[in-house]
Amino acid sequence: MPARSRRRGRWWAIGVAVAVGALLAFLGLPLASLVIRVPPGVLWARLLTPASLAALRLSLVTSVLSTLAVVALGLPAAYVLATRPFRGRRVLEVLVELPMVLPPTVAGIGLLLAFGRAGLAGRVLGWFGLSIPFTTLAVVLAQLFVSCPFFIAAATAGLREVDGRYADAAATLRADPGHAFRRVLLPLALPSVVAGAAMSWARALGEFGATIMFAGNLPGRTQTLPLAVYMGLQTDLESAVALSVLLLILSFTVLLGLRLAHRTPRVPWLGRAAGGGR
Amino acid sequence: MRARRLASVASLLLAAALPAGGRADGPRPGPPRTLTVFAAASLTRAFGQLADSLRQRMPGLVVTFNFAGSQQLALQIEQGAAADAFASADARWMAEIEAHGLVDGAPRIFAHNRLVVVTPAAAPIARLADLARPGLKLVLAADAVPVGRYARQALASLGRMAGFPADFGPRALANVVSEEENVKAVLAKVQLGEADAGIVYVSDVTPEAARDVRRLDIPDAANVVADYPVAVLRGAREPEAARAFVALLLSASGRGVLRANGLVAPAGE
Repeated sequence: MPARSRRRGRWWAIGVAVAVGALLAFLGLPLASLVIRVPPGVLWARLLTPASLAALRLSLVTSVLSTLAVVALGLPAAYVLATRPFRGRRVLEVLVELPMVLPPTVAGIGLLLAFGRAGLAGRVLGWFGLSIPFTTLAVVLAQLFVSCPFFIAAATAGLREVDGRYADAAATLRADPGHAFRRVLLPLALPSVVAGAAMSWARALGEFGATIMFAGNLPGRTQTLPLAVYMGLQTDLESAVALSVLLLILSFTVLLGLRLAHRTPRVPWLGRAAGGGR
Repeated sequence: MRARRLASVASLLLAAALPAGGRADGPRPGPPRTLTVFAAASLTRAFGQLADSLRQRMPGLVVTFNFAGSQQLALQIEQGAAADAFASADARWMAEIEAHGLVDGAPRIFAHNRLVVVTPAAAPIARLADLARPGLKLVLAADAVPVGRYARQALASLGRMAGFPADFGPRALANVVSEEENVKAVLAKVQLGEADAGIVYVSDVTPEAARDVRRLDIPDAANVVADYPVAVLRGAREPEAARAFVALLLSASGRGVLRANGLVAPAGE
């Protein structure tokens, strides 16, 4: 029945087009509304105020620092998760993914209860006269907590995809595991690792709930762009929108740049299906 | 086929649901009526109790609250949020709403509130003058939040009082480690012991909160009295219930509930 199957094919295509169109409109409309709300001239004026620039600088510094920490701490974890089958691996995987689904405010309370003055780790730090809440370090830690799952998920998937025979070949050539990782495994998985780092950076840049809970809100010290947007909403809608547009452009540029740099974008949680051929 | 089966399931469900919903309301059928009140965060406890007594007077009424900083509520109302009444922690944000033509009738002052310094019960500070001690961690609400603005006024006034250094105000402000979005967030940071002191309303130090914090009273001469106006909003879906709520607030029993929650009822009402 070719006619019938052709008709079905047409309905299928129409259905897909409608669904995609609806989704694009739904995602695009709020973003477009932000961009057109404030005229460009006003936008610049609002962005070039000392308060906005301080929030921007703090956001850039903290998100870069937290991403570096995510990579330094997350890469070994991803390596273990991808290459070593061991008991309880599933549990560990869930554990490192948990911050992704946790409401950020809950993450912030957890951080306060752990690293706050009365917290388990915080008390020990207190003996050395150290206190983390309300500092820029607290901002970085909050970002680290909520963004590391994005990196670990992507890097683990990427490392797991590398054909095991490469590692075997390296081993027969007497490369020690560290050498094999640096020279063979990591270069092959690099696109996923970089994509994961970028996702985690973007998540850190947008971090709000855990930050305001754990680090508080003080301009210049702990008030990042998202916090400035939120506080701005209560007094000055226009500068809040201007800062939102800035956040939007920053994230969009970095994520797009990454997609263009690696011709075959790999979306971590879709795994191979979205990765396509190399 | 499948559609017809779905339809029959739906009608079954509807048949099961209708009589229950229809009869529950007694003489007045129809969907339950919902009163939506936007109220300053400092009113959380008192309004919760008042809602109970309003429900007793108007059976079948559902009362929902949106508690947040007054400035945020004002913004939400300006942006078209569906609210029946607005209770603000200062006249400024009520005036803002009024200027937008969103108030039905004149706002009424239903309560006053005063400021108090709170400090963790586990490690309290001894005197108000300690607020200016270098290295102390002070948490205030942001300047846009009414209680944040009042707190800054109170610190400035303390600096003009005997027994306080002349630069008390600026030195205390230099100790601010966080500007919170509402008064409850200020209290939480002190309750958790992360801040050495915070400035909140007397009404925020509820019996539950009093377990974790100690109060340091601010002398009358430096204290700020916050006026709480309430108004029915234009375009309210339940104007009758909203007016009943305002009347309850101003009644003797309403004032009793407000007083029991640390608010000061206005004189001569």
